[in-house]
Amino acid sequence: MIKVHIDLNLCQSHGECVAIAPDLFQLDENDFISWQEEVDDSRRADLEAAVNTCPMTAIRIEG
Amino acid sequence: MRLVIVGASLSGLRAAQAARRAGHEGELIVIGAEPHLPYTRPPLSKELLQGKQEIEDSALPVDELDVQWRLGTEATGLDRTRRRVRLQDGGEEHYDRLIIATGCRARRFDGPGAHLDGVHTLRTLEDAVALRAALASTRRLLVVGAGFIGCEVAASARSLGVEVTMVDIASHPLVPFGPALGKRWAQMHRDHGVELRLGPGLEALYGDTGSERVAGARLSDGTSVEADTVLIALGATLNTEWLTGSGLELDPGVACDPTLTSTRDPEILAAGDIASVPAALAGGARVRVEHWTTAAEHGQLAGRNALVAHDERTAHTAPPYFWTDQYDAKIQALGCPALAEHSELLELSPDGGRFVAACVQGRLVVGVVAVNAARRLAWYRRALQTPRPLTELKEALAQEDATLGSPVGAMP
Ligand SMILES: Cc1cc2nc3c(=O)[nH]c(=O)nc-3n(C[C@H](O)[C@H](O)[C@H](O)COP(=O)(O)OP(=O)(O)OC[C@H]3O[C@@H](n4cnc5c(N)ncnc54)[C@H](O)[C@@H]3O)c2cc1C
Ligand code: SF4
Repeated sequence: MIKVHIDLNLCQSHGECVAIAPDLFQLDENDFISWQEEVDDSRRADLEAAVNTCPMTAIRIEG
Repeated sequence: MRLVIVGASLSGLRAAQAARRAGHEGELIVIGAEPHLPYTRPPLSKELLQGKQEIEDSALPVDELDVQWRLGTEATGLDRTRRRVRLQDGGEEHYDRLIIATGCRARRFDGPGAHLDGVHTLRTLEDAVALRAALASTRRLLVVGAGFIGCEVAASARSLGVEVTMVDIASHPLVPFGPALGKRWAQMHRDHGVELRLGPGLEALYGDTGSERVAGARLSDGTSVEADTVLIALGATLNTEWLTGSGLELDPGVACDPTLTSTRDPEILAAGDIASVPAALAGGARVRVEHWTTAAEHGQLAGRNALVAHDERTAHTAPPYFWTDQYDAKIQALGCPALAEHSELLELSPDGGRFVAACVQGRLVVGVVAVNAARRLAWYRRALQTPRPLTELKEALAQEDATLGSPVGAMP
């Protein structure tokens, strides 16, 4: 499994991660981000794309 | 395989990372004119200028990339027959595949007084540090150009308590978003105390007699503005001089096919602000996008595509996304609003502070602009994978129950 972290001090709700993997990342009605914290290895490519496209470099993955 | 990337900023870094991740084991050389490892530019006009972030915070994570960095080194020429990039220090780098990621620099004012102290542009970290220091003792800042960077700096300067005058020859700020929304941005800046002078252009800068320090500007309508600091924010110029004589097609960006491969040479790709790439929303015409997310996406794709033969490369299809933060408005846009003929409000919150507008060309929606509505924008991203008629988008919207609210009347 891959652990996913988002630094909420950095996240500015750009929604890039949501566009790349809507099943793993969501914005709520107040535009706050929520996400799945443990993700199957098969989704590594999507997670890496999210990490590299987040304008705030707020997303970190481990494992 | 020896992969050389010229330009050590966002798209160059993303290309290097993607190439390694896709299994590139050969040499990887990144040549960058700036002395720094890659950093991110958006905070330079926002958080960094406002003092909410420090220089270190704008560094982009570089991981444990196995890269030979050639920093502080400008590429001065490209010899495609010998596959060599010429360097400013007289050296050369041989490549098997080359990614061009040299982006843009700030366009300068070249009229009278351009050389005076206190006249700034904003593109690099050094520019931001210098402007921040200047603002600490500025009474009135003159911003020339009400585009994205001009408007952001005006907003940042107001948050620091600096008086601001902003001039533009256009009739409204943020021209790419069109006149209807433009009125709203103009009002937003006036509400925050910016003196907006729309219509006249900058004619000359002047200093006090015997002083090399800027004291004000003369405008084309004969009026003048007093200012002790000036930001020239007249857009960007492409860093393509080093490609002169290379035989690559410059339009004026590096002309590419949808896989970011240059039209004249399959061994050469381009990414980011410099790449001119066919876009579905522009009816297949090539467009250049000077925004962060496209540069990040281009870099990732160019890094992967550079490793495979031309016919195995994949196309860039994501519509442009970009944002700008001014005061308490987070303005986000999708697609190519600049191509639109008019805009139409689609959603509006009851308090008027959040909205979504469609940018329409003919019958087609070619872009969407959202203010403080990130979640709604995500919906439009899915809905706008291809250009869609406005009527169809409105029908889809009618089925949506999570909208901000329906707009009554004209533009906000
Ligand atoms: C102040 C500011 C604020 C911004 N804010 C936003 C924002 O809010 N939202 C948004 O979407 N976008 C924003 N942008 C735009 C975004 O930063 C750019 O789209 C992005 O930086 C493009 O990346 P790039 O790698 O293509 O080019 P660049 O970042 O321009 O990098 C090109 C690099 O190549 C180097 N180079 C040039 N010529 C040579 C040469 N001959 N040899 C070697 N190296 C060379 C340059 O020194 C530079 O480091 C902003 C830009 C600025 C300047
Ligand atoms: S892409 Fe980054 S800034 Fe945007 S919502 Fe996701 S984590 Fe937040």
